[in-house]
Amino acid sequence: MLIEIGRTGKLMRVLGSCALALLLLGGSAWAADEAAAEKGQASKAEASSAEPTDWESWKAGTSVANTASLQRGARNFAEYCMGCHSLKYVRWSRVGTDLNIPANELQELIPAGDTPASYVSTPMPAQDAENWFGKVPPDLSLMAAERGKDYIYRLFKTFYVDPTKPTGTNNLQLPNIAMPNILSSLEGLKKAVYKSVPAADGKSEPEFDHFEQIAPGSMTEAQYDAFVRDTVNFLDYASEPTQMQRHALGIWVVLFLLVLTWLAWLMKQEYWKDVH
Amino acid sequence: MAVQSQSAAATSAAPKKGFYAWLDKRLPVSEFIESQLTGYFAPKNFNFWYFFGFIALVVLVLQLVTGIFLTMFYKPGEATSFDSVQFIMREIDFGWLIRYMHSTGASAFFVVVYLHMFRAFLYGSYKAPRELLWLVGMLVYLALMAEAFMGYVLPWGNMSFWGAQVIVNIFGTIPVIGPGLVEWIRGDYAIADATVNRFFALHVVAIPLILLALVGLHLIALRRTGSNNPDGIEIKAKVGPNGHPLDGIPFHPYYTVKDTVGICAFLVIFAIIVFYTPTFGGLFLESANFEPANPVSTPPDITPVWYFTPFYAILRAMPDQRLGTLAMLLAIVAFFFLPWLDRSPVRSIRYKGWISKVALAVFVISFVGLGFMGMRPPEGLYVVIGRIFTGLYFLFWILMPFYSRWDSVKPVPERVVYHAH
Repeated sequence: MLIEIGRTGKLMRVLGSCALALLLLGGSAWAADEAAAEKGQASKAEASSAEPTDWESWKAGTSVANTASLQRGARNFAEYCMGCHSLKYVRWSRVGTDLNIPANELQELIPAGDTPASYVSTPMPAQDAENWFGKVPPDLSLMAAERGKDYIYRLFKTFYVDPTKPTGTNNLQLPNIAMPNILSSLEGLKKAVYKSVPAADGKSEPEFDHFEQIAPGSMTEAQYDAFVRDTVNFLDYASEPTQMQRHALGIWVVLFLLVLTWLAWLMKQEYWKDVH
Repeated sequence: MAVQSQSAAATSAAPKKGFYAWLDKRLPVSEFIESQLTGYFAPKNFNFWYFFGFIALVVLVLQLVTGIFLTMFYKPGEATSFDSVQFIMREIDFGWLIRYMHSTGASAFFVVVYLHMFRAFLYGSYKAPRELLWLVGMLVYLALMAEAFMGYVLPWGNMSFWGAQVIVNIFGTIPVIGPGLVEWIRGDYAIADATVNRFFALHVVAIPLILLALVGLHLIALRRTGSNNPDGIEIKAKVGPNGHPLDGIPFHPYYTVKDTVGICAFLVIFAIIVFYTPTFGGLFLESANFEPANPVSTPPDITPVWYFTPFYAILRAMPDQRLGTLAMLLAIVAFFFLPWLDRSPVRSIRYKGWISKVALAVFVISFVGLGFMGMRPPEGLYVVIGRIFTGLYFLFWILMPFYSRWDSVKPVPERVVYHAH
C-alpha cells in the first residue's frame, strides 16, 4: 500500500524531501517577495491609466530585510501617521537598534517629552479624536499582522475624492473610511471612474473601473508608490520586531537539526545491522 | 574455567560499582531499565507510522517546558492577557521563540496524535487485547482537546474570545442544565475576566496533571500488552529458546536509536515552521487574533483552530442546533466503541479485503474534508458538501460491524514481514 512506508530508508527519503520541499517553498516565497519588492520600487503603478484598475490584486511586495526601506518607513510614520496613530507595543530605542538608526537621528523622530525608552505614542488626545473622526484612530502595532501588508498597501493607494463624505474622501479597500486622506498632499487627488455592468435584476449597477488623477501632489506616482511601500514595510516590521532575528537564526537551527538527523540516521543504521 | 564463567556471569548480571551500586540498592534503577527498555521486546517490523507515539511524548514535554517559561511572563486577565503576550513576543529575550514553539507545538501535537490514531486504524491496534490501551488513548485525546481549547483562549485575541463564546455555548444546548452549566463554566454571564483566569488555572495545572496521568496509564497499558505491529500478529506467540519473542528486539537500543531519527526529522520540520511560517498562513495563529478580544465586534466568520474543524463542521451540518451538538458528541464518542465495532478476524489492513480499505479511505477523506468545510462560512455548496461528508463519516462507523465481518481476508503469516537492509 502506498500509505505504508515500510522501511526507514524510504522514510528518510520522504522526510528529507518534505523538509526540502518546505525549505524550497519558503525560499521561493521569499525570493518572490524580494523580486516583487524590487519590481515594486521600480515600476510605476497603473493607477491613472485608462485601463481597468485591478487594485484587489496589488501586492505590497515589501521585505523587512531591506533596512533602508524600514528607515524611510519609520521617518514616514513619524511625520505622517504618528499625529493620530500610536504603536503602543513598540519602543523608540528598539526601532533605533533594529533599524540601525543613529541615536541623534532617532532623537529627531521622537516627540518632545518622550525618551528612547518610551513607547511610540500619539500626542492626540483620544477624546478629541473621537469628537473629530467619530472613532479613535486604531493603534497600528499589529495592523500588518491582523490585516496583512497588502491590505495596508491597497488602503493607501485607493483613496479617492467623494464629496458625499464628511472628510471629502472615500476608499475602495475600506469603504466609508473614517480617516481623511492625509497623504493627498503627496499623492494628489484621484477620482474614481465607474462603468455600468448589468446586474441580476436586469438593471445595471456601477462598478469601479479606474482612477483619474484630478490634481497633482508633490510626489510623482512612482515616488508615492515607494513612499507607501516603505511605510507598509515599517508597519510590517512593527507588527513583529523580532522577525528579522527569527529569519536569521532559523537557518542555523535547521542546518544543525539536519546534521543531527543525519548522524542519528548513521547511528541507527549501525545498530540495526544485526537485526535480521 | 569455573572462575572465568563465574566472573562473566557476574559482569553481565551485576556490573554495579560505586555510586550506581549504592543507588541501585535504594532505587530499582537497573530493574526498571531491564524491564522497561533493554528487556522489553518490541516487534522488529515497525514502520513509518510507529514514530508518532514517541514524537507525541516529546511534544508533550516541549509544551510543558515552553509553557512553564510562558507562565513566568503571561498575566491572565481581561486587561492584561493580550498585552502580556505582546510583551513576551517583543521584549523578553527569545520570548518570541518560546511562544512560537508553544503555539506551533499545539498544532504539532494534534498532527502527531491524528497520525498516531490513524496508525491504530491501519493496523487494528485497538483490537483485543488492546481495547483499554485504545480507550486510555482516547481519553488522552479528549484531555488534549480541553487543554488546547483553554490554551487558545488565553492570548485573549478576538477569535479567542468569540471561539470561546461559541464553544462554551455548545454546552448551553444541553436540555435543562445547559444554561446553568454555561454560566458555571464561564464564571460570569459572559466570557470575561473570571473565564480567562479559570481557563489559565485549568490550562497550566489541572489538565496537564490529568494528561500526564493518562499518558502514564497509556504507557503502562502498552507495556502490559506489548505493541501491535504492521502485520497485526502477536509476536509473543512465537518465542525462541531464550524465552524472547522471535520477532522481537529489545526496545533499547534498537528503538531508542530509531526513534531518535524520527524525533530529529520531526524537529527539522517543526523548526522550519517555527522560524519561517509560525502563523502557518493563519492556520496555527489566526490573523483575527492579533486584535484584542472585543465583545462588541464579532469577526465575520468564527471558526475554531484547524484541529477542531472536523467536529465543528459536523455541528454545523445539522439543521438544528441541539441535533448538531448531539451529532458532534456522537462523532467523538464513536471512537470509543471502535474496538467493538470492528468485527474483522484480522487486525492489519494488509490482510483485510477491499471493502475495509475503501471504508478507511472514505473515512479519512470525509474527516479531512469536514476539516476543510469547518473553516469555510456555512453557506451554499459548503453546507451541502459538509452534509455529504457528515453522512459518510457516520456510515463508516454504523456499517463497520457489518462490512468488517463480511469482508474477505487474506491469510495472515506466521511471522512478521521484515526485510533487513
